[in-house]
Amino acid sequence: MANAREVKQRIKSVKNISQVTRALQAVSASKVRKAIDQLEDTRPYSVKAWQVLQHIAKQPDRSTLHPMLVKHSSVKRIIAIVISGDRGLAGAYNSNLIRTVETWSKSITVPVKYITVGKRGRDLLLRRGKDIMAEFSNLPAEPSYNDISPVGRIAVDTFLGDEVDEVYLVYTQFVNRMNHQPVVKKLLPLETDVDERVKVFNEIESLTGGYIFEPDQTSILEEIIPRFTILQVFHAVIESLASEHSARMVAMKNATDNATALADALQLEYNKARQQAITNEMLDIVGGAEAISE
Amino acid sequence: MPIRCEIVSQDRLVFEGEADIVIVPGSLGEMGIMPGHAPLLSTLELGVIRVKSGELEDVFTVTGGFIEVQPDIVTIMADAAENVEDIDVKRAEEAMERASQLLKKDLSVDPDTYLRIEAALKRSTLRLKIAAQYRKRGQRSRPPGMGTSE
Repeated sequence: MANAREVKQRIKSVKNISQVTRALQAVSASKVRKAIDQLEDTRPYSVKAWQVLQHIAKQPDRSTLHPMLVKHSSVKRIIAIVISGDRGLAGAYNSNLIRTVETWSKSITVPVKYITVGKRGRDLLLRRGKDIMAEFSNLPAEPSYNDISPVGRIAVDTFLGDEVDEVYLVYTQFVNRMNHQPVVKKLLPLETDVDERVKVFNEIESLTGGYIFEPDQTSILEEIIPRFTILQVFHAVIESLASEHSARMVAMKNATDNATALADALQLEYNKARQQAITNEMLDIVGGAEAISE
Repeated sequence: MPIRCEIVSQDRLVFEGEADIVIVPGSLGEMGIMPGHAPLLSTLELGVIRVKSGELEDVFTVTGGFIEVQPDIVTIMADAAENVEDIDVKRAEEAMERASQLLKKDLSVDPDTYLRIEAALKRSTLRLKIAAQYRKRGQRSRPPGMGTSE
């Protein structure tokens, strides 16, 4: 059995750790609230923007409308935008995301280039020998559209410059505080997939004939399509942030609980060791006294 | 059959409800959208959105954005939109004052800044005008605070 002093030292260090994790938990709890607020405030606009893009992509003469709607005949070059966190200590948040990237990239036969947002994703992908063409890190705690737009801008520009055939977006979707799902979404070319979030809003899918465009087709599509596409990247970052903070909060809560349980167990061990030491001393005294009295 | 109308700005859901007609400041002039309208995609100018449903009328200022029309739904994606009942007249006056001071004081600012100040001036002027116009008529279509988020 370990001696009492060693156990006492361990108890102290475990308690110190639990203080740190408790503080981190409190910080994450307030951040998660802010992130969810921001997510809920910006969600209606993003969802509507995505719906409009879907409607545009459903137009009968879609491929003549805008180059971002045109499917490239052969897909040889792919970009994936991977949105991760800048910091660790968020449980499985970052590793789940990277695992999703790995699984997805195995199904792709052509080389993939990565644009990473967040240090963790960058480091983890680098370690796996991925080809990273751009990285963004140290984003502000509550990023605005302007903070994120360069990320989407790169994707849009390379696509329009015919340097890439498809662009994917990998991020963590925030379902609720306990549940966040890494997802892979095809960003470009714009296609009509059934989006989960559209269903949530319980929209009656209306028949879309050809649009009337005002002031004219080119100028409005030129304005809407790149902007709304970039907005999707922004929204993905907001979703990911809310997920990251809540993942960290849960991870830190677990760590605090574990540390408390461990400290309790060690306290018991310490008490035992202390009692054992006293018993031993008493045995010594009794033994000594008997030896003298004989 | 009424048409569904949803107004979202970049930071919140501004309005959601049924309407008989939605009047918006389109880039080619004012448009009235009624149920069964053909699909339409248009940019919006600085101006006023009016959502009429029976006797009720909700009025919003809008600083620009987009409108998408489907036969059964009008979606307005505004850069910024505000219900006329929620306009803070005092703040708008202050903003107008500030902007016009800036324009008077220094005309040598770079074009971008100039445009920004001018836009701010236009916005606050519009809000004041609309607030005066619609509130004077006493046309409170609904108790304050209803129909807007928060």
